[in-house]
Amino acid sequence: MSSIPLEGAVSAAWPEAHTPEAAEALPLEFADQEQSIAITGFWMFLVTDLLIFASLFAAYAVYRPMIASGPSAQQLFHLGPTLLETLLLLTSSFTVGLVVWSMRRGHRRAMVGWMVITLLLGAGFVATELHEFFGDVALGASWHTSAFLSAFFLLVGTHGLHVTFGILWALALLIQVARKGINSITARKIYTFSLYWHFLDIIWVFILSIVYLGGKIG
Amino acid sequence: MTPMPHFAVYLIHTLFPPDVRRPTEIGADVMMGVVAIWIFVHMTRHHRWGWLWHEWFTTVDHKKIGVMYLVAALIMLFRGGIDALMMRTNLALPLHPVISAEEYNEVFTTHGVIMIFFMAMPFIFALFNAVIPLMIGARDVAFPRLNAVSFWLFAFGAALFNVAFVVGGSPNAGWTAYPPLTELAYNPGPGLNYYLMALIISGIGTTITGLNFLVTVLRLRAPGMTLMRMPMFVWSALNTSALILFAFPPLTVALLMTLLDRTAGTHFFTMGGGGMPMMYVNLFWLFGHPEVYIVVLPAFGVFSEVFATFSRKRLFGYDSMVLSMTAIMVLAYGTWVHHFFTMGAGPAVNAFFGVSTMLIAIPTGVKIFNWIFTMWGGRVRFTVAMLYAMAFIPTFILGGATGILLATVPADYQLHNSYFLVAHFHTMLIGGTVFGLLAGMYYWWPKMFGYSLRESQGKLAFWLFASGFWVTFGPQYLLGFSGMTRRMDTYPLGLGWHSLNVVSTVGAFIMGAAFLILVYNVLWSMRHGVRDQTGDPWNGRTLEWSLPSPVPEYNFACLPTVGERDAWWGVKEAFRRETGADEDAAPTPQVRAEDIRGLHLPRNTAYPFFLGASFFVFGFGVVFTWWIIAAIGFAGIACTLVYAWFDHDEHLPMPADEVRHHEATLGRLLA
Amino acid sequence: MSGSARRGETNRGTGRPPTVRPLLWAGLCAVAPLLAGCGKAYVFFHPQGPVAKTELHLFVLASLIMGAVTLIVFALVAVAVVRFRERTNRSARTAPYTPEYGDNRPLELLWFLIPAAVLAVIAIPTVTQTFRLAHVPTGGDPLVVDVTSLSWKWLFQEPGQHIATVNYVVIPAGKPVLFRLTADSAMNAFWVPELGGMEYNMPGEVLPLWLEADEPGTYWGHSGQFSGVDFEKMFFTVRALSAQGFSAWVQQVHRTAKPMTMSAYNRLLVFGTTGEQTYSSYPPGTFPSQASGFGLVGGHYVPVTGGDGGMATSLTATAAANADPAGA
Repeated sequence: MSSIPLEGAVSAAWPEAHTPEAAEALPLEFADQEQSIAITGFWMFLVTDLLIFASLFAAYAVYRPMIASGPSAQQLFHLGPTLLETLLLLTSSFTVGLVVWSMRRGHRRAMVGWMVITLLLGAGFVATELHEFFGDVALGASWHTSAFLSAFFLLVGTHGLHVTFGILWALALLIQVARKGINSITARKIYTFSLYWHFLDIIWVFILSIVYLGGKIG
Repeated sequence: MTPMPHFAVYLIHTLFPPDVRRPTEIGADVMMGVVAIWIFVHMTRHHRWGWLWHEWFTTVDHKKIGVMYLVAALIMLFRGGIDALMMRTNLALPLHPVISAEEYNEVFTTHGVIMIFFMAMPFIFALFNAVIPLMIGARDVAFPRLNAVSFWLFAFGAALFNVAFVVGGSPNAGWTAYPPLTELAYNPGPGLNYYLMALIISGIGTTITGLNFLVTVLRLRAPGMTLMRMPMFVWSALNTSALILFAFPPLTVALLMTLLDRTAGTHFFTMGGGGMPMMYVNLFWLFGHPEVYIVVLPAFGVFSEVFATFSRKRLFGYDSMVLSMTAIMVLAYGTWVHHFFTMGAGPAVNAFFGVSTMLIAIPTGVKIFNWIFTMWGGRVRFTVAMLYAMAFIPTFILGGATGILLATVPADYQLHNSYFLVAHFHTMLIGGTVFGLLAGMYYWWPKMFGYSLRESQGKLAFWLFASGFWVTFGPQYLLGFSGMTRRMDTYPLGLGWHSLNVVSTVGAFIMGAAFLILVYNVLWSMRHGVRDQTGDPWNGRTLEWSLPSPVPEYNFACLPTVGERDAWWGVKEAFRRETGADEDAAPTPQVRAEDIRGLHLPRNTAYPFFLGASFFVFGFGVVFTWWIIAAIGFAGIACTLVYAWFDHDEHLPMPADEVRHHEATLGRLLA
Repeated sequence: MSGSARRGETNRGTGRPPTVRPLLWAGLCAVAPLLAGCGKAYVFFHPQGPVAKTELHLFVLASLIMGAVTLIVFALVAVAVVRFRERTNRSARTAPYTPEYGDNRPLELLWFLIPAAVLAVIAIPTVTQTFRLAHVPTGGDPLVVDVTSLSWKWLFQEPGQHIATVNYVVIPAGKPVLFRLTADSAMNAFWVPELGGMEYNMPGEVLPLWLEADEPGTYWGHSGQFSGVDFEKMFFTVRALSAQGFSAWVQQVHRTAKPMTMSAYNRLLVFGTTGEQTYSSYPPGTFPSQASGFGLVGGHYVPVTGGDGGMATSLTATAAANADPAGA
């Protein structure tokens, strides 16, 4: 049996392999190769989620005139609660930025504080949205009424469910940070949570402009 | 009647309506029961349950997951094939149909769904899992646990879909499931819900697989393995994964909308309330057309490897291969309307999509010529894998030509939904995808299992399969010219359709015989197949052939450094130049003991299995709109996810000495 | 040469050219019924109207070009396989072995250009004919036939003649007929292969399709889209009569047939099949008045943007134009 030595084979163990030289300069969540890869994966997830929303937006645009016997967008929408929702969510996007900022500086208490504020703002958003939905349904404008309302509730509701899930996720994150502190894994999780939250914020900006403002203008 | 018997009667009526009490269903029940009992007795008598659980059901090893995908795909190929034979039998006997129209509608629906979603997709993932990490020099995929989640979501989705056959009734609106035929008004009963839930569940798994392999290829390549040094199969995995990531969301949305229409009373595709069935058609084909390339690009990748290896020559036109594959990936999103030229989109839209469809033929043509020129100047060995590859080119070029004919918009008005169309897409899906997957299976079988499939039996199966294919689908092109539309369970005599249908049915049974021989080939080779001693039985070119067969759990004792395309071939060439060995020499690569370091392996876990099982329960509850069961399933999903999310203990350390010892027993440790 | 394992089974049988017998049999089996059944059964090749003829001509052009390409590729594969197959006796091989031959930019460019050129030849007439067939030819107003697919039957209404028929339709030969298609059921596709290609019947939409029969005759049609359990039975016939024959038929229907009542229409909506039926009139509102994306201007469909395309108004004009059963 002839044999060849694998010339130039790098001796490396996974996953510690190819840790970049500049690892020290990187934030905790990127310094660990495995967590850095997980962040790449999360970006890919956001791509898929973005396409879910893109499909829902496309459907909404097509269904908007299909009001059957129900109310039109112009009749249904009230910009007051919508502006409140926008304010809450945009502010929470800022505070979640502060969460990551304090995490990277090792200010654990500040991080937890900003996280709690983010959660409260998110909960306020969900409550306002639920209030709006229940009001619509009480007026007889449910998703049984017309294709327009089906598409409206599906699009905005999907976003609302995302925010709700985000709140639960962040609660679990707080528990995990309390138990394990900030290590490369929890740092990565907080970082991906912030990506997720910013993403929902961007989606909301589109919902605000396409669904609500667009609907009001007619 | 007292409440209890009342409930029992309700339960029996719901779970076992008349359409699952037909002779074929009962026969299938009995057969499946017998097989299940046999498996149970066998497993218990040989004390194999623990082995099954610890070695397979909880594994996160990409190689084992690949094997499970392969087994599932072959079982599903059997089921889908039986469906096909039932259809063909009916069409050969138009005066005495053996199955009723109701049953025929279920059978063509399940045939399509199973072949696309539960045969082709897992078969592709089987090959991805088996070799992609090996080809790029990685220890596993990027997210080994998510990989197991993908598998179990697929497996339980497929199980849910197949349960429909015996409990509640199968879906019957075609694999495309156009509304409003899928709405409650036309389709009461749980059948369509099975379709929707099974595809949503397995679709989540598929999306995760796409994500996983995209990140794997982008982030886990060995040092020196630049993008332009990757084997073509890896390129196909990269492009396929990107397609999956972009294509499955519209499908999920379309299925979700249909499900909401059926269970929550929304008006997306209903006939009243402003619903638009057309919206579904657009969303479905926004997924559906990229899906065609999702299943065919991996086959292109396999052929690129097979042609190069068995011509003993490097792949011709690597750069243009990469360019054309990426072009196909991008163009795949710009052609979906060609599935419904006859739905009133107007001449401008139709003309645009007709031309965009023709554009895809250009990169495909480039690839065909490159494959031919890969053989040019080589020394072609006619192995089973190579036979499939060589049968692929003429088949695919004919399928492509008929595709161009269908893209010729005015001609499509005549050919749409006719048997010409049926024959066309079967030419692409069998001649392209299935030939490719079988070629890949024969090619990588020794790597996956450590022994070769017997070539002579494989060749017999190939000749039967390839000739049976033409006997089946040749006449179907002609049936299209005679005006026969697809999905008819029977037809009147006197239109000249009968004799062609009989020939087509004969061909289908020839293909069935080929499948049986293939199964025999596998079973025979399991006992008597030639052991692969060298790990490189085909004189291969890419990194996976530098490893022993079967591959050790950690894949590479030392991660290789890649200096060129066809990295393993390059190492062997250098070795041959140095030693003057002949070109068939199969050297064994050796690693230095001091190069080996301790490593971490992903630890086995049961949560992917429980997650899939919870999704199954959830799906089953939704199918029958029994919300309590759905809630139980949902709680299971939530608990499993929370458990998994809090579990950070994902790695199993393997000390360097253990690796060294293992390499030494393989004879690969440089003293 | 220690350790070069001779690959056992895998190399066995190399050098033998692949056996051709199964292929030959497959070819014979496929060709036999073609020869036996050659003739009228291949309705696509026997077009009976201008639309079907245009579609066939384009198909023939495209298949000749694609056939030539296919043959070239077949020949290349055959040469490659035969010339470069591995011989058992390696010293006897004649073909050169060039394992590093992997790039040839001019060649690669060539097979980028060949398909592009070939497809341009097909694409140009495709685009022009697509636009041409989208509109009813000007000159001679078309007969308008409203087609509603029901589960599982066809309802034909001729607004100009106030006649409704079920599962058959009578049209004048030598004159374009504009079918306006909708569905009060799952989707179907209206297809008369001898007269031309299909178009979908979709609920909530009205889609146009024009066809013309050159000669009087009877042509069969079928639904092109699966729509449920009795879909297979959705055959119908198109009877093309001469101009005089058509007006005689219209008068005869008005004399002998009953009017369609709303209850008769509702009976048609019940799932099931039925035989041919004839009515001398039909209740208003049984055909939707709105089309999406198309307007009828002077008897010709044109794509329009927004709203109902002004169809409701122009319909009346078309109906008036068609009031003379023999046609203008």
